[in-house]
Amino acid sequence: MAEVTIRVSQGTAEHAEEKSYRVPVATGMVVLDAIHYIQSHFAPDLAVRWNCKAAKCGSCSAEVNGKPRLMCKTRLDDFAAGEEIVVYPIKTFPRIKDLVTDVSWNYKVNQRIVPFSPRKDAKWTMHQPDMDRVQEFRKCIECFLCQDVCHVLRNHELKDRFAGPRFFVRVAGLEMHPLDGASRIAYLRQEAGIGLCNITKCCTEVCPEEIHITDNAIIPLKERVVDEYFDPLTRLFRMFGGK
Amino acid sequence: MEGFETHEQDVLVIGAGGAGLRAAIEATSQGVSVGLVCKSLLGKAHTVMAEGGVAAAMANVDKQDNWQVHFKDTMLGGKMLNNWRMAQLHAQQAPDRVRELEQWGALFDRTPDGNILQRAFGGHTCNRLCHVGDRTGLEMIRTLQDRAVHQKVPVYMECTVTHLFKAGERACGVLAYWREQGRFVVFLAKAIILATGGVGKAFRITSNSWEYTSDGLGMAYNIGAQLMDMEFVQFHPTGMVWPPGVKGLLVTEAVRGEGGRLTNKKGERFMERYDPKRMELSTRDQVSRAIYTEVKEGRGSEHGGVYLDVSHLDAESVKKKLPSMYHQFKELADVDITKQPMEVGPTTHYMMGGLRVDAETTATTVPGLFAAGEVAAGMHGGNRLGGNSLSDLLVFGRLAGLHAAEFAKKNREQPRFSDAEVQGATRKLLEPFERTEGPSPYEIHEELQDTMQNLVGIMRIEEDLKKALEKLQELRKKLRSVRVTGSRLYNPGWHLAYDLNNLLNTSEAITRSALTRQESRGAHTRLDYPKTDPEWGKVNHIISKDGEEMRISRSPLPLMPPELQKLFEESH
Repeated sequence: MAEVTIRVSQGTAEHAEEKSYRVPVATGMVVLDAIHYIQSHFAPDLAVRWNCKAAKCGSCSAEVNGKPRLMCKTRLDDFAAGEEIVVYPIKTFPRIKDLVTDVSWNYKVNQRIVPFSPRKDAKWTMHQPDMDRVQEFRKCIECFLCQDVCHVLRNHELKDRFAGPRFFVRVAGLEMHPLDGASRIAYLRQEAGIGLCNITKCCTEVCPEEIHITDNAIIPLKERVVDEYFDPLTRLFRMFGGK
Repeated sequence: MEGFETHEQDVLVIGAGGAGLRAAIEATSQGVSVGLVCKSLLGKAHTVMAEGGVAAAMANVDKQDNWQVHFKDTMLGGKMLNNWRMAQLHAQQAPDRVRELEQWGALFDRTPDGNILQRAFGGHTCNRLCHVGDRTGLEMIRTLQDRAVHQKVPVYMECTVTHLFKAGERACGVLAYWREQGRFVVFLAKAIILATGGVGKAFRITSNSWEYTSDGLGMAYNIGAQLMDMEFVQFHPTGMVWPPGVKGLLVTEAVRGEGGRLTNKKGERFMERYDPKRMELSTRDQVSRAIYTEVKEGRGSEHGGVYLDVSHLDAESVKKKLPSMYHQFKELADVDITKQPMEVGPTTHYMMGGLRVDAETTATTVPGLFAAGEVAAGMHGGNRLGGNSLSDLLVFGRLAGLHAAEFAKKNREQPRFSDAEVQGATRKLLEPFERTEGPSPYEIHEELQDTMQNLVGIMRIEEDLKKALEKLQELRKKLRSVRVTGSRLYNPGWHLAYDLNNLLNTSEAITRSALTRQESRGAHTRLDYPKTDPEWGKVNHIISKDGEEMRISRSPLPLMPPELQKLFEESH
């Protein structure tokens, strides 16, 4: 039976090292299968998050050969024969152990977003064409790969000033909900720091749900912020409208 | 001796899938303090994987639909073994629960006139499933999750509950450990809601995640709660069969709801022979048996399944209505479902049996302990209809939250349990670390999965079931010497070593019930008793702990009132 060499970064935030394993390959096998094989045969305490194994829950995010990916969707036969596979935890969040990182910061950011607030006059009929673009944002499985790859978070570590692509997607889903009546524009500009994003589209590239994060969520939200704060007509209107 | 972090709430909810979240939301709005404990990160529970839809008689597509029709479909699907009152409450309340989700921000697919769109599904006589493409569960869990978060429900993530404790007769607290650090934590509560799901991980081929280890069933059984109808395990007809790594992964029933056809290797639409009237939209028990039979008799597909085909449908509409199936097959199996057939076969999916509960309040037989969702029995009888699980979670999750809150308000004092009990439990949890030799938990788990898969699967026979019981005893012995290596820090091997206790208890309950029920009904098929026996249709199986023994008894089905009975007379 064919075998593949997998190197897994194991350990804690204080000390980690790569360990190498030989894993037999079956047709259609994915990296997560290989990690499970390592668990049951060589390293029973190897820490990894996973749930659905079908790219629906977003638990098994990792960096495979340097690329942020879901391990359940990364097939071993995507790699060249003889190529080593190297698995690291996602880098942007502190490591707890092995492939498991502390992503609790994301849950804290989420709590700060004004929830869906239906307009008082909502009739609860909605038409599919109005919903199509919002449903795209609702596909997010919270794998946090976009957060992982975003350089504002990854390289500049601006977690205290920037919410990250995942939460721009959430806000876009709320702001563009046909029946929502709240405004999150001030939040986007100040607390969520949307201005820090310089639309390099790294988030869009890694999204396993193929959400057009930059084009469909972030850019329209940036435009709304600009309209609200910098458009002279809107400002004039606000001055006299008392808002 | 290790000190314990302790939390105290009026209502503690264990499990953060649809039922647990809905229960926590309801209890919070009743004005009591609530805590929500879950094994994974929030939003990753199994509900997220539900695909096809949530069943509710809203009559947006089929005007003749109403709660009576939904009730009748549910009872007939469950082979009349359902608790009629649960099925009635479910059918009556499901539409309000779905509307409520929409008011909390959920976005279901729409009809041309702007209402919630409803699709056809097996065993439902009307187009009844409200859906979002084939990712309905994600929409539902995200909506509930955001609602609970903004209600400020404290959520204890990646925290596994291992023991329930009682003071006198009343359940009043739990022991848990933080998966991250392996530290123990105690939660005290005036009422506890179990929303811990099912037992799929006892079987080899399953659509369920690692979380499905029947923790709630095992823990509640240990403190004296009664289990019911444990022989009824649903094998979903369509799981992936190829490649090996994805074997068992769910292929939503919505594929058939949208017009998918099942064929064998000769190209025959074989459902004509098993259920000519409903064909592919027959109930799951029937379709699973049909597929099993086709494969067994040599008419299966290349990799031991059958074909499920949507290539005759418009490719763009397939991608729109079944986007995750399209991607799942394309990425994991190199199959373009708009052009080629899928290969599918039965996969362990859902537990109809579970904790015996009161229909109105979801109270288990232990005071202060409530149960909702898959962990509870009764609602689905001998076979669950697709789409009835998501609605079950919402309806009974809410009722559990409501009644647990009421219970907590009526019983204001917090009962205490002894420190010695907690110490005893933690000692047991840590024992596997002390051994220098012994089998690995993974090895025992694999043996258990093979045993249940091969001997207690879709088709059962006395000889196999007896063999399974012997094997389970052997595995119990083996588990007593299980060895765990490494530290307590995020250690999946250690976690599994304890989960196996619950898996073994539940597996034994399934096997004993299956052995005792000498008939075939719904999801329970006995090769040696192929007929449905009307006498068995009058009773539920009750399982309880009697010392170290498992006791099985029968309890007559609750009597359906005449006005509901009439619904069935009209059609026959």
